[in-house]
Amino acid sequence: MTHFKRSLVIGLWFMFLALPLMVVRVNTLNHEIEWRWANMLWLGFCAFALAWFWRASTERRAARQALGVAAGRPLLAKLSWAQRLSDDPALSRRLLLIVAAAALIFPWVVSTSQNFYHVNIMVSALIFVVLGLGLNITVGLAGLLDLGYIAFFAVGAYTYALLARNFDLGFWTCLPLGGIMAMFFGIVLGFPILRLRGDYLAIVTLGFGSITKIVLENSEELFGGAAGIAGIPRPDLFGLVLDGREKSLYSYYIVLALVALTIFVTNRLKNSRIGWAWMALREDEIACVAMGVDMARTKLSAYALGAFWAGLVGVIFAAHNNFINPDSFTFMDSAMILSMVVLGGMGSILGVIIAALALKLLPEYLRAVAEYRMLVFGAVMVLMMIFRPQGLISNLRRKYERAPADESDGHGK
Amino acid sequence: MDSEYFFELLCGGLVKGSIYALIALGYTMVYGIIQLINFAHGEIYMIGAFVAFIVSGVLTLTGYGGPTVLLLAAVIAIIYAAAYGYTLEKIAYRPLRAAPRLSPLISAIGASIFLTNYVQLAQTPDFLPFPELITDFDFMEPFSRYVSSVDLVILVVTTLTMIALTVLIKYTRVGKAMRATQQDAVMARLVGINVDRVISATFIIGSALAAIAGVLIASRTGQINSAIGFMAGIKAFTAAVLGGIGNIPGAVLGGLVLGIAETLGAGYISSAYEDVFAFGLLVLILVLRPAGLLGKAVKQKV
Amino acid sequence: MVMESNKLLEVTGLTMDFGGLRAIDQVDFSISAGEIVALIGPNGAGKTTVFNCITGIYEPTAGDVVIHAPGLAPRRINGMRANRITSLGMARTFQNIRLFPAMTVLENIMIGRHCRTSTTILDAILRTRKSVRERHETIEESYRLLAKVGLAEVANEFSANLAYGAQRRLEIARALATAPFLLLLDEPAAGMNPQETRELDELIVRIRADEQVAILLIEHDMKLVMNISDRIYVMEYGKGIAQGTPREIKENPRVIEAYLGEEVHA
Repeated sequence: MTHFKRSLVIGLWFMFLALPLMVVRVNTLNHEIEWRWANMLWLGFCAFALAWFWRASTERRAARQALGVAAGRPLLAKLSWAQRLSDDPALSRRLLLIVAAAALIFPWVVSTSQNFYHVNIMVSALIFVVLGLGLNITVGLAGLLDLGYIAFFAVGAYTYALLARNFDLGFWTCLPLGGIMAMFFGIVLGFPILRLRGDYLAIVTLGFGSITKIVLENSEELFGGAAGIAGIPRPDLFGLVLDGREKSLYSYYIVLALVALTIFVTNRLKNSRIGWAWMALREDEIACVAMGVDMARTKLSAYALGAFWAGLVGVIFAAHNNFINPDSFTFMDSAMILSMVVLGGMGSILGVIIAALALKLLPEYLRAVAEYRMLVFGAVMVLMMIFRPQGLISNLRRKYERAPADESDGHGK
Repeated sequence: MDSEYFFELLCGGLVKGSIYALIALGYTMVYGIIQLINFAHGEIYMIGAFVAFIVSGVLTLTGYGGPTVLLLAAVIAIIYAAAYGYTLEKIAYRPLRAAPRLSPLISAIGASIFLTNYVQLAQTPDFLPFPELITDFDFMEPFSRYVSSVDLVILVVTTLTMIALTVLIKYTRVGKAMRATQQDAVMARLVGINVDRVISATFIIGSALAAIAGVLIASRTGQINSAIGFMAGIKAFTAAVLGGIGNIPGAVLGGLVLGIAETLGAGYISSAYEDVFAFGLLVLILVLRPAGLLGKAVKQKV
Repeated sequence: MVMESNKLLEVTGLTMDFGGLRAIDQVDFSISAGEIVALIGPNGAGKTTVFNCITGIYEPTAGDVVIHAPGLAPRRINGMRANRITSLGMARTFQNIRLFPAMTVLENIMIGRHCRTSTTILDAILRTRKSVRERHETIEESYRLLAKVGLAEVANEFSANLAYGAQRRLEIARALATAPFLLLLDEPAAGMNPQETRELDELIVRIRADEQVAILLIEHDMKLVMNISDRIYVMEYGKGIAQGTPREIKENPRVIEAYLGEEVHA
């Protein structure tokens, strides 16, 4: 009964909170007041129901756990499907083949010569997959909370736009240049700030991100101001003339190749001296340094490498859209990429990909989701931290067998 | 250099800075006690401004007016901001007390995004005209070039609020408990202080201060929307860091320095880059003197 | 009798202030090759601060910390970054265990090999011969050390899931992975049961012999200290108050007073 009462109090409290903001709407133009009492009742009811359900379920879980302990059963013996997948290389290789094949034929299945809407959406989603994987290096692996990551994306995009406009350089020349430029920015900015404590670093990177946007908005002659830069050339293919659909398909395959490259590189790094040092730094800075890891260099490498991917994909973004302006590089975009990493699971490549696709594709196809998208983002970030801080795919155990080095330089026995 | 122009900017900066200081106090108090950057604090300020807008809108449309409306709007805004701040802590931060340091920060960012969009969906994404509740005082006529009547109200109210806060922290039970918790939360718990309640009190007080700031700034600029909290929050955080985060007089000093620096920068260099000055200052301070103007450098315990 | 050339670490006049508080005041000590030296003293005497000063976590206010790495010229390491000091050959464990909880036991040790390997980002991406060889060596060496501290069976568990005593041994193995000539152990027996402590006793002696390291340890378990130490330094209120062999220390009135407080006199 106390559960009921307490939940009732919570429901009433939320009705109280909802009172001005969700109920009253003052229309200052035609001097009317709109009263939306139903909102208040709904919120109150939902809060009550959730609280009640929550209390009941925690109680039951506690009881079950107590029972389990009494019976001497291990509490956690179940392996996650992701762990099983990672432990079985043959299975994961087969799955990877299937997914790769599906990704390759996807645009031919969903597009016609008139309608290639779905391909374009997939291109934007894959661009965010690369961004998520890039930020995953910085935040997920090395634990450096970067809230201005989108700035490096902007650096790549504007590098291409400006080089193409002013020097008539082609897409393939600019692609590496965009990445290198972003990496250069990452190193220059990262050098002074990377010794800051985690939360300060977050705020400073947020500051950098915002400064970048303000500078882009305000320098008309150099960056085109708030209007941005239009007429950016599409990627070129040996001088062939492509129609609309072919252009989209071409962009799709370019960004798909970049996704594959990012996965390949991240995976190799994760399983190397560099990746181990990143993860150790994320876990405990002081212990990591005391074990002989150069903190400044390790952090800088993670930060610059994250920036590099953002720069690369920024070039693709500019080329695919033909047009860029500062509105594509807001804090909300940084926050969205961050939530992909958080949601997917810090450091998990597969998790980040799933989260990025979900966060970009769901709003496109579900109108209802689109409107509440950012609201849901915010709520999900909070809830994930509370209930599943490890993300969709939690930290997997990597095994290193003592096998003879069969893939090595002839030492194999 | 035109000294009148300079003085004009200085006054403007002082007014702006005192608002920053009010919001910065909330950041600094929370950080002092649980070492969390309450990223959603700016949204509490925005909610305060919105509630004041709604209350005053309802009252003016039903035929009331004058200072009573302002007072009532302010009081209700304070109550609601405090209620939201309290709930925010309970839901988004309390379960994460023992979590790794970045978890509550990510949760705070999520809460900030949530609250912005909540208000945007429940109200409107557009700018709303905030009613002119503070009428011009006749005696301010000669000084109006430097300090408008609204500015005077802002300066007086912020000064009074800060005095009240000082008294509260220095002499009341809650204030003493807050200081004890700030020094050593474990010890405070051992001597019988209810740390949970102290943390709640800190959020309530900080949110109330933010609401005051919200009402004041809305009266000055004459418009609000659901996104104002973000920038104000960042600026106030800058102010708090500038003064030395966790340090209450530091937050006030930091707010004033930031307000003046920003106004002077905008006035003499370029107003388009006003926000860049604030961010630039933040980056510089954190890189060169992370402890802030009044803060003490602390060695991390190993 | 210790010859000058055998000295590995020489600390003279080490002083550390925190604000107005003097945590360590003019502490002198030295360790020679092959020695096990203990640093003891009541809680708050400044022992861990000494460790932090000589391993580069803090920069000492005054004094000299000089290490004589085998085959290298003596170096003053005051204020040197902690990772440089570790690379020079001095590794440590922590009083309040600082493992990497979300990494496996084996990975924890592999971090110790970081400063002895040099695979770059590019090496790792292209999987060059060097990176493959180093990776192989890292794994081999880590397994060897795991076996040494008796943790080979749990190599692929998350380190956070280990029992307390096992975590302490893992920290020792992780420090050993950096191939030090001097190993600093901060309360290695804290939280261990008597059985575990006895095993630790043997482990430390065995490590000295097998890995050719000198060992400096902070410890409260007097039985362990007296059993394995060649020499003992005693600290109280930030100052060194005595030094000598275990037997000398046991009979030193100054030490007895420090440990028992005023009661002896009263």
